[in-house]
Order: sequence, then structure tokens, then C-alpha cells
Amino acid sequence: MPKITVNEKKIEFEEGLTVLQVCELAGAEIPRFCYHEKLSIAGNCRMCLVEIEKSPKPIASCAMPATDGMVVKTNTPFVEKARKGMMEFLLANHPLDCPVCDQGGECDLQDQSLYYGFDHSRFTENKRQVKEKYMGPLIKTEMTRCIHCTRCIRFATEVAGIPELGAIGRGEDMEITTYLEKSMDSELSANVIDLCPVGALTSKPYAFEARPWDLKKTESIDVMDAVGSNIRIDTYGWEVKRVLPKINEDINDEWISDKTRYACDGLLKQRLDTPYIRENGKLIQTSWTKALKKIVKKLNNTKPEEIAGIVGDLVDMESMFIFKEFFNKILTSSNLECRTKKTYLNPKNRMNYIFNSSINGIEQCDLMLLVGTNPRSEATILNARIRKTYVENDIEIFSIGNPGDLTYPYKIIGSNTQVLKEIIDEKHEISDKFKQSKKPIVIIGESALKNDYGEYVFESIKNYLIKNNHITNEWNALNILTQNASRVGAVDLGLYKLNKKDNFPILNKLDTNEFKILYLLGADELRFNKKNEFIIYQGSHGDLGAQIADVILPSPTYTEKDGHFINLEGRIQKAFKASYPPGDAKEDWDIINQLSKALGKTLNINSRKELEERLINSSSIHSKIGEIVKSKVDTNETQEFSFVNSKIEIDFVDYYFSNHIARSSMTMNECRSIKNKLLSTGTKG
Amino acid sequence: MSVKKVATNQPEFFQFSDENLNKAKKIINKYPEKKQSSALMPLLFLVQKQNENWIPLVAMKYLAKMLDIPYIQVYEVATFYSMYNLSPVGKYFVQVCTTTPCMISGAGKLVEVCKNKISQNQNELSANKICSWMEVECLGACVNAPMLQINDDYFEDLDKEKTEEIIDMILNDKSPKAGSYKNRKSSEPESGRTTLINLKDA
Repeated sequence: MPKITVNEKKIEFEEGLTVLQVCELAGAEIPRFCYHEKLSIAGNCRMCLVEIEKSPKPIASCAMPATDGMVVKTNTPFVEKARKGMMEFLLANHPLDCPVCDQGGECDLQDQSLYYGFDHSRFTENKRQVKEKYMGPLIKTEMTRCIHCTRCIRFATEVAGIPELGAIGRGEDMEITTYLEKSMDSELSANVIDLCPVGALTSKPYAFEARPWDLKKTESIDVMDAVGSNIRIDTYGWEVKRVLPKINEDINDEWISDKTRYACDGLLKQRLDTPYIRENGKLIQTSWTKALKKIVKKLNNTKPEEIAGIVGDLVDMESMFIFKEFFNKILTSSNLECRTKKTYLNPKNRMNYIFNSSINGIEQCDLMLLVGTNPRSEATILNARIRKTYVENDIEIFSIGNPGDLTYPYKIIGSNTQVLKEIIDEKHEISDKFKQSKKPIVIIGESALKNDYGEYVFESIKNYLIKNNHITNEWNALNILTQNASRVGAVDLGLYKLNKKDNFPILNKLDTNEFKILYLLGADELRFNKKNEFIIYQGSHGDLGAQIADVILPSPTYTEKDGHFINLEGRIQKAFKASYPPGDAKEDWDIINQLSKALGKTLNINSRKELEERLINSSSIHSKIGEIVKSKVDTNETQEFSFVNSKIEIDFVDYYFSNHIARSSMTMNECRSIKNKLLSTGTKG
Repeated sequence: MSVKKVATNQPEFFQFSDENLNKAKKIINKYPEKKQSSALMPLLFLVQKQNENWIPLVAMKYLAKMLDIPYIQVYEVATFYSMYNLSPVGKYFVQVCTTTPCMISGAGKLVEVCKNKISQNQNELSANKICSWMEVECLGACVNAPMLQINDDYFEDLDKEKTEEIIDMILNDKSPKAGSYKNRKSSEPESGRTTLINLKDA
């Protein structure tokens, strides 16, 4: 390995690194603005200047490839002078408005000018003034503060795949803008706020809300989609002020989607803070005792077969665990379901309902087939990973069904199960590609598992992949893209019901109104015609579920309780409590415990800690936090299936409105109306 | 350099004429596969020639679609270079050189004429909207100073009267004669050649 000397310290490095990266390896800190690990190298802020032996001038280390035998110095008076000069240039046109700038306290320019800058400016001329730019409802701009690092442009073009940002004009007149100041059409747009090293791009919904040092920071897990992005929740008092990404290379790199970041204002709106009972068609406030009494009365007069429990999309493992115990042991009913749409499920083996290749594994794939899925709106972060793989490895991507703009090119090979049959019968051109491919990926969306053709789509693809040796312990090409944070966990815990003939008996019975009592645990997506059912809704928001409920039991959201979630890869992660639920709301396990007691029975779970221990001990899968427990591949386990000829239609996912928190959020509302406007006027291009 | 302003009054439609479309295709074909976006700069110039010396926004969109590149990329290039005009400059676009050699030979008088005849300020259309003028940096004809450029042609060795004549002509939509106004052949001495006398076309 080549060697380099940094500040008289010799270290070895891998070929292909830049001087800046090697200096970091050697422990020498180098200031920078434009350089970012995840973006291409621009080399235009000149803050990372270092001294390299035999070079008469200081050199921008971020753009300089390290070579064998280089002697680099980062702490000499020469370097210090160069940095000070650079900093003076950057500050020449920068308004010193830190007291009214939202970036204050977490500003790279502020921090670095303290360590590497002059204490005063020699620049006495007029500073330049730049007009604010409109970049949509999420990004607030103050372009006078911009130092032209171009991180935002590079992010939009490279990572988000929407080349809408650019630098117009030149020299002193250079300005960063979107084309004619249109709103950025991306679900990743707000990441430019984190990337901006100064206060030029700041968060619009969070403008002038708080100072970073006033906020309490809690590291947690996102539940807006099934990806399980790692986040940091910043709270002021009990109010969630903002959500930021936390770096996790295996899941979300260091990006999060706009919904993850900005649905948090929905945590304050439409909240259920006290129990409600429906009397004479109207919901009226009541006390816990009265509400529970009413439920107990109803439960005692109903047969167990006529009671069903439906689990919603954002429910944590603990709540689902105790919900199941409650149903099985106290109500002696097995009518539990976690699906709110009729999507096919084969839970015989764990690999049948998770994303087996793992999000990180996408980068190794050499061929991709999307079946009835639009990853851009179903799992934005995963889509960014597919784009990254496309950009780096130039893989071929095919799709069955038309998902629209995915930010990378792909080829639609049809939108019918007939195409799938052709591939499987090896009559299609893709079949050969699958044979030659070493690490293919097939992503099956929920839209492809719908209705009567779901079984055929899933089982035939699985059979085909097994036949071609693409499902082994080393590489598993079978991937299910679930959309909800609670789904994989719910299936792991067994919250579903199926029989040989019918894959979704509960939902079918619901359509024919065969249940007398429905217990909805945060389930808002259920679509059925209510007749005489008595509906208990336990959840956090006054949304679709609460509207049809007869009794409402208020409970906290994901930021207000500890809880485990399993993401679509089957990785279990723990979310932590960052604030408190409003009013009389109680944690889900507590509610169910009290209901059991009111029924005169007990589950023997006395504290949340006990519940967590029981959950974790219930299965070996649940004990390794943050890891994917690989289950053994069973290629013999197959199921019979017959061909169903049908069109595969990709369901439209209302990205900004996909769950009750997002629907309650003003910011998401605004984003949605702007997006709809773009679509209806056709100004998108 | 002046700040570039995009015109507020934009046409709704732009399309290359058949002749220019052929030219454009030839230009695009000069570049290798997948590198067609490099043809952007000559194409922008072609737009400017066709559209009375300026580039409207629709034309930028038109080019972006033609080359399959994002709009912003065209916009960036068009705003970066000073010789692309983003607002109307008239059928006759007058650029007066005011860099040192021209300046000491009397470019100030040329500017005066433009101010009096065309418009008080630079980048402003004349009353009949047929022409506008601006000061520019060296146009590389220092030997024939002072000079000005109208569209593609140079008008050299000028003085106040001759400039007035030229400007009057263009204001009446007539094309003046290009070249030296002291009857010099390109930049040869005024009194005729002193070397290479035997070579006719030297």
C-alpha cells in the first residue's frame, strides 16, 4: 500500500483516496464547505488548503489525489495564512446576521470562522445583496448568505435525480436557483437544508421556532414508511420541533424523505386527548372508566368468533404483542389481521414477506425487475439507493407496470401477468438476462400482490428464482416492498389469519359485515361499509378510524413512547420516547391491561419493561437490535398455484397523505396541493 | 459586466426554421453519442441569430428538449456567457468598444452618438424598437480604432460624423457598408502597404 506523511506522521492508505481523506485518516482536521462524502467533488470553496512539499502554492486537498511519498502539512503558519485569507474572502460578501439566522449554533461557517478566521474584516466596500428565491413550501432561502459551495446543486442532480437546481450568472452575480423559481419536485428535497453549510437554505416550517442548543435530542426510528430511517427528534418542552436524519449506512445513508422530516407538525394537530363514546350518533367526551365499562359490556355479550382486531400501519411491536395476547388469551379469539388491503401473504417462511436482498445489498445487484411497484412514493429512501446503484454500476432496470418518473431510466416490459408468464416460461428476452445475472433483484410491490392474481405473481416468481438458483443463503433475489412500518413485525408476531382457500378471510368477512365488534388498533386505512358493527378505535389521531368509531381510546404516537419496529428488511430497531402524549392519552399496553382488568382477567404484564422483555424473548429474531437475522432459506417449501391472466395496475400512493400523521400535517397538506397543481397544469415539463 | 436580465415579455412559441433545423442537426452530429449536450452553445447562438439577436425562455426549453438535458442546464449556460442576450436588443445590435486603444482614439464620441441617436441608456431599445447599443470590452480590432460592431459586422476607423451616418441608416432599417471607413484594406497602413508589395493577396 502507498504511504503518505501527514504532519510528520507516516500512514498507509488505499489507492484512490484524496489528500483530504488521507489527512482525516491520520487524524488531522481539515476545514471544508463544499466537500461532502456522499457527493461528487467540486473543489470550489478552497477552505481545505494544505501545504504539500515541493508545491509553491497551497493545494485544495479535497480535489487532490493522494500519491505515494507525498509530504503533507496541515498545521504550518503557511496553511494558517492561506485559510485565513480564504475565510476573509468568504466573509467579504456574507452578511453577519447570525443573531437572526436559523442556522446559528449549527453553522459550519460560524464554527470555522471562529477557529480559522480573522477576528475582524478589512473589507469596507458594499456587500452584495441577492434576492430570495422560491424553492417550494419546505425550503426557506436567504441567498445573500450563500457561499456558492454548490452542495445543494450536486445533491439534487446526483442523489435526488431531479436536476432542477443550478447556478446562474457568474462571478459576483452568481446565484443558486431552481429553474424560474419553481418548487423542487422531489421527495428528498429538504435534505439540501442539512447539506447547506450556511444559513442560505433553511427549513421553512421550522423558521424562527427554536435555537439548536435549546432542543432536547432523541435518537429514534421513523415510521412514515417501512424503511425504518434512523432519525433524531428535536423537542422543545413536549413539542416535537423538527426531525433530522441520523447516519446509518445500511438504511438511509444520511438522507431522510420529506414526509419523515415534516409530517411532525401533524403530531400536534387532530390529536385524541380524551376517551370518546358515541351517543345518538354523536361522539362525546367521557372518562376512561365509562369508556371501558361500555366496551366490557359489549365484549361480554358477544361471541369470540364475532370479534375481530385490525392492526394499523404505525403500531409498534410491543402494542401488537400485547394486543395479540389480549385477543388470544382473554377474548379467546383468533380474528386478527394486519393487512388493511387484500394483498397476498405467504407467512410460511420469513423470506416470503421481507426485503431479502437488504437495502445495502441493492448496491451489489446487476439486474433489477420491479413488479407492480413505485418505490419512489412507497419507499423513497430505498428508491434513492436504487438510483445510486444505477448511477454507479449502470445496471439494467425493468418494470412490469408503469410507475411513472422514478428519477432513473427503466424499461417497461409490459403491465400484465402474461409478461410474467413469458419470463418464467423462458420465452422473454429478460429470461436470458436472469440466467446470466449473478445477483439479480426482483422487487414485488403490494400492488402486484392484490386480489386474485397476487398468489400467482408471488409464487411463480419465487419458483422461478429458486429454479434459477437465485434464492440461496448467499444471495436472495426475492424482495417484497412493504409500505407500512408495522407490517413485517405484525407478520412476525402472527397477526394475520389465512386458510387454505382464502388468503384474507377477515377482510372478506368484513365486506359481508359478519363481525359484531371491531377493535381497531391505530387502523385508519380500512375501507368497508359499516353496518351494525360496534367499533373500538384505539389510536392517536382523529382520522378515518375515529370517524366511524363507537368508542375512542386515545394513545400516544411513535414519538411519545418507546417501541420496537421491524423494517422491510426484517431489521428490528428501537424507537425512543421524545415527548409526552396530550391530555388523558395512555400507552397502548396500559389501555389493554386496564381493559383486561375490567374484564376480570389479567395478562400478567405489570410494566412496560416486562412487556419488552416478553417481546424480545418471544423469538430469536427480536433479540438482536439493529441487525438483520438471516433465516435459513428453504427452497423445498413451495406452493401450488395457477395462472391468472390480469392487468397489474400500480396503485397510486398519495405520498404526502399516506398515514394519519401526514394527513394531519399542515406542511404535508401544502406539499400535496403544490404537487397536484404541478400535475394538473402540466408545468412539470 | 452588466447583470443579465431576463425579459418580462416572453414569446409563447419558438421553433427553428427549416434551414436552421438542418444546421442544428449538423452541429449535433459533430458530437459523439451521449455527448450531444455539448452542442448547446452553438445551438444557443443559432437561436440568437434566428430570433433578432436574443434568446427567449421558450427557446431554452426547446433546446433542452432537443438535446434531452434539464432546463436549468440551458439556463445556466445562457446566463453565464455575456454574449447571449436574454432580452430583445433589436434587429440591429450595436456594440461599441470602449477598451483603452479605442477609448484614446475617441470611442467616447461614438458612445455620445449612440446616446443621442438610439437611446439614453445602454441595453435600451430605440424609439422604433429596431436597435439598441451597449459598451463592450475589446473586440480585437485595436489597429482600426475606434470601432463598433453591428450584429456580425465590424465598422472601423470611425469618427463622430461617420458613426452618425451609420446609426441613421440602421435606424431606417438599411444595412450600412461594413469594414474600414478610411478605405483601408483590413488593417493595412492608411497610406498603403510598405512590405510584401509584390504579393497581391497577402
